[in-house]
Amino acid sequence: MATVMSLVNRRILSSAMGQKYVAYSSAAKVTAAGVRAGQALPEKVKIVEVGPRDGLQNEKTIVPTETKIHLIDMLSATGLPVIEATSFVSPKWVPQMADQVEVMKGIGRKPGVSYPVLTPNLKGFQAALKAGASEVAIFGAASELFSKKNINCSVEESLQRFEVIMKAAKEAGVPVRGYVSCVLGCPYEGKVAPEKVAHVAKRLYSMGCYEISLGDTIGVGTPGSMIEMLEAVSKEVPVNALAVHCHDTYGQALANILIALQMGISVVDSSVAGLGGCPYAQGASGNVATEDVVYMLHGLGIQTGVDLSKLMDAGAYICRTLNRKTSSKVAQANCKL
Amino acid sequence: MGNVPTTVKHCLSYEQLIQDYPWLKRWLQEEKTITGHEYPDFVKIVEVGPRDGLQNEKEIVPTGVKIQLIDMLSGTGLPVIEATSFVSSKWVPQMADHSDVLRGIQRAPHVRYPVLTPNMQGFKDAVAAGATEVAVFGSASETFSKKNINCSIDESMLRFEEVINTAKEQQIPVRGYVSCALGCPHEGHIEPSKVSEVAKKLYAMGCYEISLGDTIGVGTPGSMLKMLQSVMEEVPAHALAVHCHDTYGQALPNILTALQMGVCVVDSAVAGLGGCPYAQGSSGNVSTEDVLYMLHGMGIETGVNLAKVIEAGDFICNALRRETNSKVAQATGRTL
Repeated sequence: MATVMSLVNRRILSSAMGQKYVAYSSAAKVTAAGVRAGQALPEKVKIVEVGPRDGLQNEKTIVPTETKIHLIDMLSATGLPVIEATSFVSPKWVPQMADQVEVMKGIGRKPGVSYPVLTPNLKGFQAALKAGASEVAIFGAASELFSKKNINCSVEESLQRFEVIMKAAKEAGVPVRGYVSCVLGCPYEGKVAPEKVAHVAKRLYSMGCYEISLGDTIGVGTPGSMIEMLEAVSKEVPVNALAVHCHDTYGQALANILIALQMGISVVDSSVAGLGGCPYAQGASGNVATEDVVYMLHGLGIQTGVDLSKLMDAGAYICRTLNRKTSSKVAQANCKL
Repeated sequence: MGNVPTTVKHCLSYEQLIQDYPWLKRWLQEEKTITGHEYPDFVKIVEVGPRDGLQNEKEIVPTGVKIQLIDMLSGTGLPVIEATSFVSSKWVPQMADHSDVLRGIQRAPHVRYPVLTPNMQGFKDAVAAGATEVAVFGSASETFSKKNINCSIDESMLRFEEVINTAKEQQIPVRGYVSCALGCPHEGHIEPSKVSEVAKKLYAMGCYEISLGDTIGVGTPGSMLKMLQSVMEEVPAHALAVHCHDTYGQALPNILTALQMGVCVVDSAVAGLGGCPYAQGSSGNVSTEDVLYMLHGMGIETGVNLAKVIEAGDFICNALRRETNSKVAQATGRTL
């Protein structure tokens, strides 16, 4: 009876009938968080490893091509299903990714593993295909100012650019993943409206992106803003086509990921060793560490297919090479045992 | 049930509930697999930096610095600040100045300053130094109990009973801690039933609140959920707190899970002070700043001023010549 009582207090009394009896309930606040009743956590979660691209792109030290290739090969052996290999962006803008073609040609492609690459424009797309890419990604923003400062055009102009890429990708039979950045906040605009995020996500999805990765670019989001944003986006894009790309700059990434899982998301982006800082907060961390995400998911009984100890080996390798400490707490805790 | 209005009685009838809400039957069965989505309006933060935090720092902190830290924290809105520990200085040299600290701090009105009292001697010294609230520390792991306080769990309960009874006579509230709630450095896995057994005993003896500690930070939302489900069968949610360590980065999702289960008291340490004696170089306590950032972002009130906590964190990190463990402090420190 105690269990039923607590249910009556917490759930039933939120209905119209029960509202007037809220006075009899405990002080627990009832919020319409939009989590559907009976929503269990996913059994499986797909991890999209972005360390070699998003991670390294934000590291100061230029990493030799062989090191990048070796890192990706080590990651290929961990069971990770998707490893973002590089970015076909102009080396003038992102010197770290100047060796995009060599990396693409040099890695050992494990069967069953996807190696998407970023392609910001048609030129990048064509170069990517030529170098052997079989999946690409495009990067939109939910913030106008961020779009202008980051890729020098408005959100609408960028979406039009992407339509061109989508057309070419369809013809070539190449799947495209769409990213939306600044979904929980922008370094220039501050707060970003969930409706704006939903609008951009919807456009990318309707264009033909098979999956939309929602990025908390500066890590300012919390479970509160994550729920609000996902509620808005999931009205426009089916939840099984959504992924979350959380930055841990304010330590909120794992909590945000947990909330996303509770809302039905089952694809999570992360970076081995938490590679990559934050260009908007000097010295702060960026991407959430894959090791910490996997630790949490496995602890929840969720399958990822990833071998955590092999993953930690890959993390240890790249940190040694970069001469930096890992940003993964799991790696920090374990390496002393 | 005599004074309960008929409509409420109606909705309290299980059969009627199932009839009115057919999905409820399945939800009830699945209740153990999902976490609720309601959150408390207010979360009480118990700041353990000056005690649990400093206790695990290598550098011995001068008394004056400890007092200044506590005084700064007293100005942040934190409702509870664990000031020190009346443990033998032979075991914990960092807390050797316990009486001086307790006497030296400025007690802000509406703020409580509990101190640890592992035994009657400690309790007496604490009261003599002006303590108005104390805490006792049990363990869910036999091995940890033996290695940490040199006696079995049952023996420790007898010790605490003495302290609690004496405290009751003097109207001094007692908080109970259960360590190794989600894992033990020696035993590994800890059965949730063991945690609830110890929590139940402490609560029955008279502790007003039981803080469940993930001492080595190995817990995840999965194990947190199972443990809380077990403990909540013995101790009401409003008398529970979670004390999460961030050694494996899991503290915030674990706290989130606890909030979803109805817990509304969270222990944390400014700047994430304190390492982990069982994982050299790793972090220990979750940072108060990071917890506050999450709670405030969720619209949950704490009464605490985050900026002032960051200031206190900066102060103690400078004094300790160490970097903060708080990501919020790291992120805001460089952009301001």
